[in-house]
Order: sequence, then structure tokens, then C-alpha cells
Amino acid sequence: MMFVPGNNPGMMADAHIYGPDSIMLDLEDSVTMAEKDAARLLVHNALKSIDYGTTEMVVRINPLNTPYGKKDVEAVVKAGVDVIRMPKTETADEVRELEAEILKVETEIGRVGETKIMAAIESALGVVNAYAIATASKRMMGIALGAEDYSANLKTNRTPGGAELLLAREQIVVAARAAGIACFDTVYSNLDDMETFRKEVELIKTLGFDGKSIINPRQIEVVNSVFTPTEKEITKARAVVAAIKEAQAKGSGVISLNGKMVDRPVVLRAERTIALAVAAGVIDKEEVQ
Amino acid sequence: MRNSKVVTLEEAVKRSGLKDGMTISFHHHFRGGDKVVNLVVDKLAEMGFKNLKLAASSLSDVHKPLIEHIKNGVITGISTSGLRGELADAISHGLLNEPVIFRSHGGRGSAIADGELKIDVAFLGASACDELGNACGVPRSENAKSICGSLGYALPDARYAKHVVVITDDLVAYPNLPAGIRGADVESVVVVESVGDSSKISAGAIRDSKNPRDILLAKQAAKVVINSGYFQDGFSIQTGTGGASLAVVKYIREEMLNRGIKASFALGGITAHMVKLHEEGLIGRLIDVQSFDKVAAESIAKDPSHVEVSSVEYASGVHTGSATHALDIVILSALEVDTQFNVNVLVGSDGIIRGAIGGHQDTAADSALSIIVCPLLRGRIPCVVPKVTTLITPGKSVDVVVTEYGIAVNPARPEIAEKLKAAGLHLVDIKELAAKATAIIGTPDPLPFGDKVVGVVMNRDGSVLDKIYNVK
Repeated sequence: MMFVPGNNPGMMADAHIYGPDSIMLDLEDSVTMAEKDAARLLVHNALKSIDYGTTEMVVRINPLNTPYGKKDVEAVVKAGVDVIRMPKTETADEVRELEAEILKVETEIGRVGETKIMAAIESALGVVNAYAIATASKRMMGIALGAEDYSANLKTNRTPGGAELLLAREQIVVAARAAGIACFDTVYSNLDDMETFRKEVELIKTLGFDGKSIINPRQIEVVNSVFTPTEKEITKARAVVAAIKEAQAKGSGVISLNGKMVDRPVVLRAERTIALAVAAGVIDKEEVQ
Repeated sequence: MRNSKVVTLEEAVKRSGLKDGMTISFHHHFRGGDKVVNLVVDKLAEMGFKNLKLAASSLSDVHKPLIEHIKNGVITGISTSGLRGELADAISHGLLNEPVIFRSHGGRGSAIADGELKIDVAFLGASACDELGNACGVPRSENAKSICGSLGYALPDARYAKHVVVITDDLVAYPNLPAGIRGADVESVVVVESVGDSSKISAGAIRDSKNPRDILLAKQAAKVVINSGYFQDGFSIQTGTGGASLAVVKYIREEMLNRGIKASFALGGITAHMVKLHEEGLIGRLIDVQSFDKVAAESIAKDPSHVEVSSVEYASGVHTGSATHALDIVILSALEVDTQFNVNVLVGSDGIIRGAIGGHQDTAADSALSIIVCPLLRGRIPCVVPKVTTLITPGKSVDVVVTEYGIAVNPARPEIAEKLKAAGLHLVDIKELAAKATAIIGTPDPLPFGDKVVGVVMNRDGSVLDKIYNVK
């Protein structure tokens, strides 16, 4: 998910050409108070007029308790945004409040239920309430960590190893999995240090995250290379999937591969590997159907 | 010394027999740091000359004092490869009564060699020169004040002009050899305080572009090169100096190392990037018509396999031995490309002249594979358009156009399209690219051209390709 300032038409116009899975146009922290209205109008028009292809479009709105939040919701829902990212989410009630706002606008335009919600968790309270937030609405598609505010709230600093974020990251992954939705890690801002960035992406992949937030197209390649399954992993996953098909064809409930029984977790992992490989474009969708 | 040719500038001018109406010439190897054009034309104005024709290999921002000389009738005609800055702006608005004649570097070389462009007096800056006129663009003493590397664009002037004046800021002892400009061709030597500011010969220090769009374009262009069929051991290559062009070299280098293949030569404006690959043993020879930065200029001074060539040897379309005829791959930029693959590198989207033909026409025409790297959009300006503002390089010379929205292959080269498709590259019709630009930006208002011809674009064979009109 690539963050793009909502007040920069040049960046908004071609953010998708770099191939991010999703683009988050930002109306919150990257836009100054004086530019909030102009940015909202720009983002509205970008969503309506730019052909972003299959890229998932997310807009980070201002909190609903600011003078901008509700206007943001109206503008982006009317423009047909896929996902609204709610900043600094601390409770399930806040999600429900946003849901009500979205529904109001959707009803007005006759497009009910299309807009999804992603909640950014950026405080200790939010981390504690992660599962409640993740399950607060049927519209919830994911939760994400916002590390800058979170580490400030913890009264600590961000470190290259990210020890201060470990609990929050694990809690968010666990909450997302329990709720059956996606989870996304925070941004890494030092564009000159791709090595540390890569280590961080490897770490969050190991922790179970579905993806990483990025601030520059140069980071896409690193994220994709970490998340794209290796040839060996794909070969193994294909063998498992083939074994499943074979077992189904035989009407057998037991899946075996190379004489060993294949457990359900192995099947799930294989399916995820194939899904990631398809998403990364290293294998064709038709091929696995 | 006996037979010394060293005189003052005024004396050199008097000796040259220069008269009103004649043609004087200059090279542009110091680019933004050039001091020779302004110094000489100021002197000629002071001496009372009028109606001179100025034939430069290129002109840039630094030559804005020419505006006054044009207003005062000292300069009444210009031929050049490029024009930039305030001078270009003033000419686009109709400052000169005669149209500027634009030629490619190869086209200028041929025009001089064949007598179509007759030079009466050439004033050629050099970083070192002896008293008999043997001159070069590299330092030859501890007192050297400047360096520009290759003097490739000055060599036809030195050889064919009726009278040659070398202007140097370091007079060295005879023999200053080897030297591109040979004393036998030189009539006078003038010593001045400075011929150019070498720190301005390149836009900046060598660095990798961090612009994501440049990186994307460069990666795509590198994939085109690598999968084109021409990327084989012993291939040859030329690139421009833009961020994307320089970055292409980086990705090609990685693949050369992966596959263990080497280039036989790199041609053209030579950059620090090319010098690095040469020093790593990945490029056999550097054939240098102009040194684009200080690293390249220093390399040519010390490395015998980094060779200086004249613009005729570099890119003449009519002299069959020119290096472009042996060139496999060229990567070029563009201000605009149209749906017929025609390219404009000279006139901006506002109708103002802001560029140079350079070797664009020459290398695109002669190379086996020409690749244009050009963003679809520059801010609010569409760069793939239905029709170029000014035709510089005809589409029949252009094989592939790389944009951030896809790669278009000239239908005349189906075999290249097949190879790129087989490699999994996303190919698009160039008309789709133009339509996409229009869809995003809309159709720009027509340019406010008047009816006065301010420039004529020559093809490298001496025919007229296009005319440039004044901007109201």
C-alpha cells in the first residue's frame, strides 16, 4: 500500500504506474490545515477521473472529530473509493460511527455497502482493543499499524530493530486473523537505507502480515521480492495442490504426498503460497484453476 | 619561438581577413561554461563588424549577450544544433530576421566537409595549445586552467574553415602532440585568461537518479535492450545524459555481468558512467565526440583506448565510415513523440525553442536499434502526441518508444515486437499511448504561432525537414 499525499496532483496522477497493490491517497497528516479543502477536492477528482486500473484505492481521511472528517467521507464515497482508512482508531465505537457516516452517503447515492473500512491502530488503547476494532463492522477489510504515533504514545522511540513495536505487531496480526481480515504493517521512512527496510519487511512477513505500507515507489520492489514466494516454495505448493485435487478425484478425505499424509495447515499454507504467487504475477491465475 | 602564431585577438581578427557578411564558427565543448563565443563576438562588435553569420556547434544559456549583438546588427544569421535560454526565447519571438538553421551534429560535420556550410573564420577554444597551433581539450601543463575533453565538434571547423584561430588559456611548449587540432590547419593562436569554466561542462556530479519515474523508465528501457536480440557479446551502445538514460546504463551493466558479455565500444557524448564500465573492462573502447563531464574529459586525457573523433567521423550520414554506421543500440530522449514515431527534441510544448538536435537524427537513423525513452506526461504536458510540434527525427528511424505507461514498437519492426513480447514485456500501440495522454490531460490549446519562420530544421542529408514559426 503506497501512501501518496492528497495535495500532490503530480504524484496522484501516476502513482499506479509503479505497480503497488493499493494506493492510499492521504488527506490527513501529509496535508496542512490550510490545504484540507483543496486536497479533498483533488482526491475526489483523482478518484473520479484517473484510470487506476485494478489498483485498490484507499483514502486516509481526517478523524471524524475534526472539522474535516465527515466532509472527507462524503467526498470520497461519492467518488467511489474502495476503502476508507480511518486514522488513530482506538475503539470499536469509532468504527461504527464511521460506518454510519459512510452508510448515510452511500444511501444518498444509491451505492450501499460498497465502501470498505481499514482502521489504523496508532495508540496503546488501539492495540489493546485491536480485536474489537477488527470485528466492529462487516465493512472492515483490514487493520494497520501506525508506528510513529504508537511509539510516541508508548513514550519510546523507533529503533531500527523495531523492538518497541513487537507487541503491537503481533497483537494486530492475531486480531486480524481472529477476525478473518487483512493486516498491514507501518511505513519505513528512510529511503536511503534499503537494507534495513528489507530486514523490516522480512520480519513483518515472518510475523504474519499481509503487506507493508510504503512511502515511495522505490520500496515496491523490495516488498514484492520479500513477499513473492520462491520457485522452490511454489513447486512445493503446487505439489500439495495437485495432491488435493487427486484426493478429491478419488473421493478420498485423506490427502497424501510422497507417501506422507498432508495436514490441513500444510494445505492452507500451500494455498496461500499459490495466492501470493498469483498476486505477484509470477504464475498465471488460469494456471491454478 | 620562431614562426610563433601567437597574437592578440584583435590582430588575429585583422589577419583573418574577416569582413562584414562573413561566417564565423565556434564549438560548444565547454557548454554552460563557454567564454569564447561572448569574448570573440564582443571584440568583433567593438571592432565595428556587422552582418556576421554565426555557425556554432551549439548555443546555450550562457550566450544571452548575443541578443544585444543581434539587435545591433553585428550578428544577422545563426546556424547551430541547439538553442537554449533567453537567446532561444528571444529568437522564438522573432529577434532574428533570418531563420536559424538547425543541423544535427553529423549533419553539421557533413555540411562543413562538403562545403555547404562555408566557414570563413573559426574561433576554437582549447585547453592547451602550442605556438604553432597544435591544440587539444585536455591539460598539458601544470598551469592548465581548463579541461573539456574531446574537441570533436571543432575538428571539421579546424580542417575546413578558410582561417582558423585557436584561443587558449594555456600556451604550452611545442610539441603539444597528440592534438586533435593540428597546427598545420591553424593560422593564429590567441592566449586569454580563460576559455571556459570546466565545472560547468556537465550538469552535475555523477549520481544515480532517485526519481522513481526515471528508474521505472530506465528499467523498462534496459529490458528492451536486453531482450532486443542486439544484446550480444561485442555489441555497441550510445546513451544520452538524462536521468533515465544514465540509469539504463546501470541496469544494462548488471545484465552484462550476469551474462558475462562485453561491449565493443560506446559512442557519442561520453559520460562518467561509460568511463566506469570501460575501466571495469565491460566496454572495449570509448569513441568520444564530446566529453559530457569532467570524469570523461580526464579519461580521454590519459587513456589511449578512449579516442577523440570529429563530428564527421562520429555521425555523418554521407561519409560511410562514420561510427554511427557501426552502432547497434542507441537510447535517446525526446520532448515529444507522435503516433508516427516522429520525434521532437527542439521545440517545447509552448512553441519556444529549448533544446538541441545533437546526434539524435544521426544515431536514430544509422543504429540497428533506436530506443526513445520519454515519459507519457511531464506534469500537465503530454509527450506522446498525435503530431509533433516540430519534426526533428523522422519516425522511420525510430524503433521503440518506452514510456511509463507501456512500450510501443514501430510496426516497421515486427521482429523486435515479437522478441519483446516473448520476453513478457507489455507492448502497447502508440496511438493508445497518445489517447491515454489526451484522456488524462485533455487536448492542449493550439500554440500561438505567428507566420514568421524563425528556424529551419535540416535533415542530416541536407534536405529541409521542418520549419519553426515565431511565437506571438
